[in-house]
Amino acid sequence: MEHTATYLGYIPLFPLIGALVIGLLHMFTCTKESPLPEKFFGALGCVGPVLSFFLAVVVYFQLKGMPEEERALVHNAWTWFAVGDLHINMGFLADPLSSLMLLFVTFIGSLIHIYSIGYMSGDENFGKFFAYLNLFLGSMLILVLGSGPVVMFVGWEGVGLCSYLLISFYSKDTDNVLAGNKAFVVNRIGDLGFVLGMSFLFWAIGSGGFDYLSLKANASQLTPAIGIAVCLLLFVGACGKSAQIPLYVWLPDAMAGPTPVSALIHAATMVTAGVYMVARFSFLYSAFPVAGTVVAWVGILTALLSAIFGMFQDDIKKILAYSTVSQLGYMFAGVGVAAYSAGIFHVFTHAFFKALLFLGAGAVIYALHHQQNVWKMGGLKDKMPITYWTMVIGALALAGCPPFSGFFSKDEILFSALAHGHTGIWFIGVFVAGMTAYYTFRMIFLVFHGQPRDKEAFDHAHEAPSVMTIPLIVLAVGALFAGFLNLPGIFGGNLNVSHWLAPSVVEHHPHVSIWIELLAIFSSVAAVVVGIYIAYVKFSDGAEEPEFKGFAKFGYHKFYVDELYNAVFVQPYKAFGSVISRFLEPNVTDIHVKLSSTLYKKAGKAFKVFQVGYVRVYAIYMVIGLSLMSLFLSQTIN
Amino acid sequence: MIQDYLILSIILFCLGILGVVTRRNVFTVFMSIELMLNAANLAFIAFSRLHESMDGHVLAMMVMAVAAAEAALVLAVVILLHKHKGKLDTNVFSLLRG
Repeated sequence: MEHTATYLGYIPLFPLIGALVIGLLHMFTCTKESPLPEKFFGALGCVGPVLSFFLAVVVYFQLKGMPEEERALVHNAWTWFAVGDLHINMGFLADPLSSLMLLFVTFIGSLIHIYSIGYMSGDENFGKFFAYLNLFLGSMLILVLGSGPVVMFVGWEGVGLCSYLLISFYSKDTDNVLAGNKAFVVNRIGDLGFVLGMSFLFWAIGSGGFDYLSLKANASQLTPAIGIAVCLLLFVGACGKSAQIPLYVWLPDAMAGPTPVSALIHAATMVTAGVYMVARFSFLYSAFPVAGTVVAWVGILTALLSAIFGMFQDDIKKILAYSTVSQLGYMFAGVGVAAYSAGIFHVFTHAFFKALLFLGAGAVIYALHHQQNVWKMGGLKDKMPITYWTMVIGALALAGCPPFSGFFSKDEILFSALAHGHTGIWFIGVFVAGMTAYYTFRMIFLVFHGQPRDKEAFDHAHEAPSVMTIPLIVLAVGALFAGFLNLPGIFGGNLNVSHWLAPSVVEHHPHVSIWIELLAIFSSVAAVVVGIYIAYVKFSDGAEEPEFKGFAKFGYHKFYVDELYNAVFVQPYKAFGSVISRFLEPNVTDIHVKLSSTLYKKAGKAFKVFQVGYVRVYAIYMVIGLSLMSLFLSQTIN
Repeated sequence: MIQDYLILSIILFCLGILGVVTRRNVFTVFMSIELMLNAANLAFIAFSRLHESMDGHVLAMMVMAVAAAEAALVLAVVILLHKHKGKLDTNVFSLLRG
């Protein structure tokens, strides 16, 4: 049944080698008088991702050539560790689900590496940036390709580390470092859930093998209580990584990193790892629909909450960050209602249009010399035509306007929610779709239309260099046409992506009347049109920065959730720490530590008398020692 | 017969130890060490004779060669010590005093 393919191991290996080489080169040359040229590092950084992308294409075609139910390539590189019954292989598995992830991760990863050559030019840590970015891509590919939860966890932690390193990349500013710390700490909470879920799973059914294929075969042995616990604990991990309630707070702050990082890690790839994991464990979530329902509700409430926040933000990257959280909520709603292929398809299209929007925002920020406040922009339409038109395509896709890619994937999720009988989730989803359209076009109108609000910055603005605009154009083509890959029957397609994913995920498509399908489509289109119209009326013609009051002020301050977390978790924890350091430590633990150190000091003083410093006295010691040893030996031998 | 040789060897060895332990001049200490080495040589030769084997002779030759090399080294060290402190009294060199 399974086919082995040794080359799977090379897919994550190429970027990892790249990270090592670039990292070492940067380390040994950055202090030199004449550092290596940027072009050298840039070219070296792009080699790994591009090679991985070609291998991903090879994987895809090899899988496509196989009979549908046999589509799985495995490669067990080595036995990582074996303890008793537990045999963990450093194994890789490429099935339809991971091959789809592979394709877009390596493709968008390569594009963003190319874009970064332009965006990061002139940065003193140019080489370090590419080393981290390569390291990230390698870890992400391990995450996607891992043949079991343990290998996935290796990648999971790897991407978390790179996320932390890259958020804090501009480490001269304390705020950026704090944002990185926040992301790292919040992710630890999620990782604890992941580890606990994995342990429960191993404890229950791990004896038959701990990779996805064995787990899938043994899943029926799980009792409901353990099964639901495992699902929910794994979802806690997904919440951390994919920024869902209550652990979403780190993602908006993560925008402190360079913009290509926001595009690659915090929009297109890493944050969708949680969705990928839920789809990976679809055999568990569909066996325990209660857990799936929890996932779906958390997802859609996150989508609603972050859409509200997104409507009032003034930082262009924060608007996009909240829209990412919101779209991730949609994805979880999709996988939660057991429409795994719809959720993964939204991951796929979202990667294109969100990466596009971030890179476009990066081009704007680059042109305006690191101005990120949308209230200081305006009228850039004619100055940056390529950026403008590609971003409009991205915005239409994000808003879910037909026939852009976001429409098909989002509509598929909303329709699945309705078809599986989750009317509440569908209703909130449609409402959020309207809000999404509103805040996306609020951003577009404020940045590109109306009159320039900051005349001096406007005069200096210019279109980005072609190394930045070409990735934008490629992504815009993707954002425009990616949706047609999964055209539903009502538009004359046959859900190609869903059929492709069918062997990897456990789902069933309920048959519902065509009227419900039409209702789903028209309601979401109507919501989008209303959203864009309101944004057009309010912002198309040069609105001024408003005074936020009432609910808007509440939303602008993100419902004071950060302050709440600070008061409820951070401050008590700090107080607890200071109590320990002030009372517990000096009075309880330190006493013993100090006692042992004074004992050693006294013993040393007592023995000091023997260290007289005269060579002949040491000779006496030696003679005495040798004599005693000889005496002992002669006693024992006879 | 063999006891006589061994007793002589032990006497020489103990004289060597006594010299190392009691004398303060670096040269005397060094000569005492040489005395100990030769005491060991004497024991080797005696045993070699007793067992009618050449092994002890070989070792004795070896010890003499090593002693010659050591002498060259120690003389160099002694010159350095003298340059350093201007004296050859071992009590002067007590940097390791606790």
